[in-house]
Amino acid sequence: MTAIHQKGQKVIALNGDEAVAYAVKQCDVDVVAAYPITPQTIIVEKFSEYVHDGEVDTEFICTESEHSALTCCLTAAAVGARTFTATASAGLALMHEILYVTSGCRAPVVMAVANRALSAPINIHCDHSDSMAERDSGWIQLYAENSQEAYDSIIQAFRIAEHLEILLPTLVGLDGFFLSHTLENVAVLPDETVRNFVKQRQFPLVENHDGKMVPFKLDPENPITIGPLDLQDYYFEHKRQQEEGMQKAPEIIRKIHDEFAERSGRTYGNGLVETYGLDDAELVTVCLGSTAGTVKTVVDQLRAKGVKAGLLRIRAFRPLPVQDIVEALRNAKAIAVMDRSCSFGGYGGPVFHEIRHALYDSNLHPPTVDYIYGLGGRDMPQHMIQRIYQDLEKIRITGKIQHPVQFIGLRE
Amino acid sequence: MNPKKKKGWKEIPMAGVCWVPSTSYLTGDWKTYRPVWDSEKCTRCVLCHLFCPDGAITWKAQTNEMIFNYDYCKGCGICEAECPVDAISMKLEGEP
Amino acid sequence: MSSEWKFTAKEIAERTDLFMSGHRACAGCAPATVHRLVLKAIRGPTIATNSTGCMEVTSTIYPFTAWKIPWIHTAFETAAANASGIETALKVLKRKDRIEHEHVDVIAFGGDGGTFDIGIQALSGAVERGHDFLYVLYDNEAYMNTGIQRSGGTPLGAWTTTSPAGRRIPGKPQLKKPIADIMVAHEMPYVATASPAFWTDLLRKVRRGLEVDGPAFLHVIAPCPRGWRSDPSKSIAISRLAVETCTFPLWEATDGEYSLSAPSKVMALRPERKKTVTEYLKMQGRFRHLFKPEFEHVIGRIQETVNKRWHKLLGKCNIS
Repeated sequence: MTAIHQKGQKVIALNGDEAVAYAVKQCDVDVVAAYPITPQTIIVEKFSEYVHDGEVDTEFICTESEHSALTCCLTAAAVGARTFTATASAGLALMHEILYVTSGCRAPVVMAVANRALSAPINIHCDHSDSMAERDSGWIQLYAENSQEAYDSIIQAFRIAEHLEILLPTLVGLDGFFLSHTLENVAVLPDETVRNFVKQRQFPLVENHDGKMVPFKLDPENPITIGPLDLQDYYFEHKRQQEEGMQKAPEIIRKIHDEFAERSGRTYGNGLVETYGLDDAELVTVCLGSTAGTVKTVVDQLRAKGVKAGLLRIRAFRPLPVQDIVEALRNAKAIAVMDRSCSFGGYGGPVFHEIRHALYDSNLHPPTVDYIYGLGGRDMPQHMIQRIYQDLEKIRITGKIQHPVQFIGLRE
Repeated sequence: MNPKKKKGWKEIPMAGVCWVPSTSYLTGDWKTYRPVWDSEKCTRCVLCHLFCPDGAITWKAQTNEMIFNYDYCKGCGICEAECPVDAISMKLEGEP
Repeated sequence: MSSEWKFTAKEIAERTDLFMSGHRACAGCAPATVHRLVLKAIRGPTIATNSTGCMEVTSTIYPFTAWKIPWIHTAFETAAANASGIETALKVLKRKDRIEHEHVDVIAFGGDGGTFDIGIQALSGAVERGHDFLYVLYDNEAYMNTGIQRSGGTPLGAWTTTSPAGRRIPGKPQLKKPIADIMVAHEMPYVATASPAFWTDLLRKVRRGLEVDGPAFLHVIAPCPRGWRSDPSKSIAISRLAVETCTFPLWEATDGEYSLSAPSKVMALRPERKKTVTEYLKMQGRFRHLFKPEFEHVIGRIQETVNKRWHKLLGKCNIS
């Protein structure tokens, strides 16, 4: 707490959604366009209050759909505005088409996703099906472990998205209800500090059809055409440019994280991955989001008993920090990946795909299994995580994997 | 800049920003018939300019002439059809 | 009322074409003429956006662009949402002193597919929210970009590839959606219809649409020779006949008050000048099957519908 007070921060009780809204309030956002959907709704409600009470100089467009919400953000960003939206579940799915258009147009929109299951049957509770389904859409994806991190990540996200070497939209995932609706003590920075941190948007120069180098934005003085018909001869080149933004992102995400840490005193691993008890760990779980909090408690319990347990939390899922993952898992003897979504018909969940894939190129091939858990908000209590570590211990001793992919917390 | 030379991904502007005006693309070879203008009959009402889908007809104020730009004219014949004084006639390409 | 803007044909001819030559629209494309004319009527700095469709595709084949003004395309159903975002950004950035221009107009172009059908939600939402922009619907009465499929804007009896002239069902069995009336029902400041054949009326309405505070909607009939199976040289003539047969009457509604525009007022005051729909239909191959004896009754139904809608319009314009 001393550190917090030294930095002029104050601690207020906020749930995850409120923490996000608070961060957006401080970031000098020009346009917010959004549509309500549980469990994200508190963000737009809270932000509406800021707008109607005159606490922000932001235009808030209450659109008629998430599809239009993201589209408004995209075109507003193309004019030069700083933009934000928030959604969840079906709302993100409805945005699917425009997610790709946004990254393709290099519009640095920032979005909070209060992660929620996809229909059907309809379910309003947490899992990662919504944002995992969008992992290839060209958005940077950060997953928060708690509301504090949600707050911090939103602020960092504007810097990341708008970085001239990146210029890609950025999504911050916070677990629906577990974070979105749970009160937590959140330390917030002074408005001034955040403003100075996010700065004003800058624009790279692009060559336009008049043969001039002009700022990359819709400006009647220097007209540009964005979003043309792009055929076999150039589409591929544009996609490669997008990937370049992603390739450059890890280093920049890390730097922005460190720069923020100087002001806040808070770190999340190296900004890309966070390790917990990993230095000498043999049994390692890998997960995203709020589950990490529970896993950390279990790791402490196991460590007290002498079990070499550890956790790798992926904060940046896109771009995937492959080197950091490989490095963090170098000493692991058995690994359990925890997937809060199901890739139907695939070999395990999406996080499993990525982790096993990343390990393939390293010289070590520790046995790696997948647990699909927590779909539709199903709880993931400590005893189930303990069971995962017990399974890992068996795998470590026998070297045998009985079930490479299994469901946990499911009734037969 | 030569639009025909294909560039690499490091050379082109980002986000599909177009770097060549469409006027560099000549659509004139699409046509079968070309409009031929009769300066005597023409009243300079400029309707042909207004109705042309391709902006291929312009009015030059200094000389009070209608300029037919065959680099863009696709030969649709709207100008001939809309000319109130029959000052435009469509001629087969290649014929005088 | 229409704009007070006064201009001569030669003044318009001297204005630069902001929709440039070298686009790849088909020969005789009326939507291309409409785009040219609309941009001839702008009053200052303007940003444009298109829904996916013929004119988006043919005007921006990478790396070429036919747009001299700033332009963006995002998706098919998004023209009005694009405009909402642009207009809002302009407003807030102006307020924050990050834009120099005193004012920037916003024009969204959408085809009939992007407006009557897939984009109507975004359009309705944008108008309800009151964004200050002009929406121009260039209506070529089918999905021409994908190869002539029927839309909510396709008229009764028209052949398209998804409403073929079959042995049992002769073309589209449904009526054209009265989209402009639907927009008037939004209680928006300005709605009008226009035809490129009556270009002064079109230009004034564009200008008016830009002048009003809040959203404006302009529905422009735009013949497509390829999809209408018509002579490319007759695109303007057909768009004139659409008005003269009262198939596509010209009117405007300011704050919900309808009034007939001059070219259609003539038909109201001198009904003998009103031409029959047959004259209009016979110029278009998409209606050819209706001239077979077994389907002639459809022509009767088209005429009845035109009459009914025309009289309803006269009522709204307080002309008995």
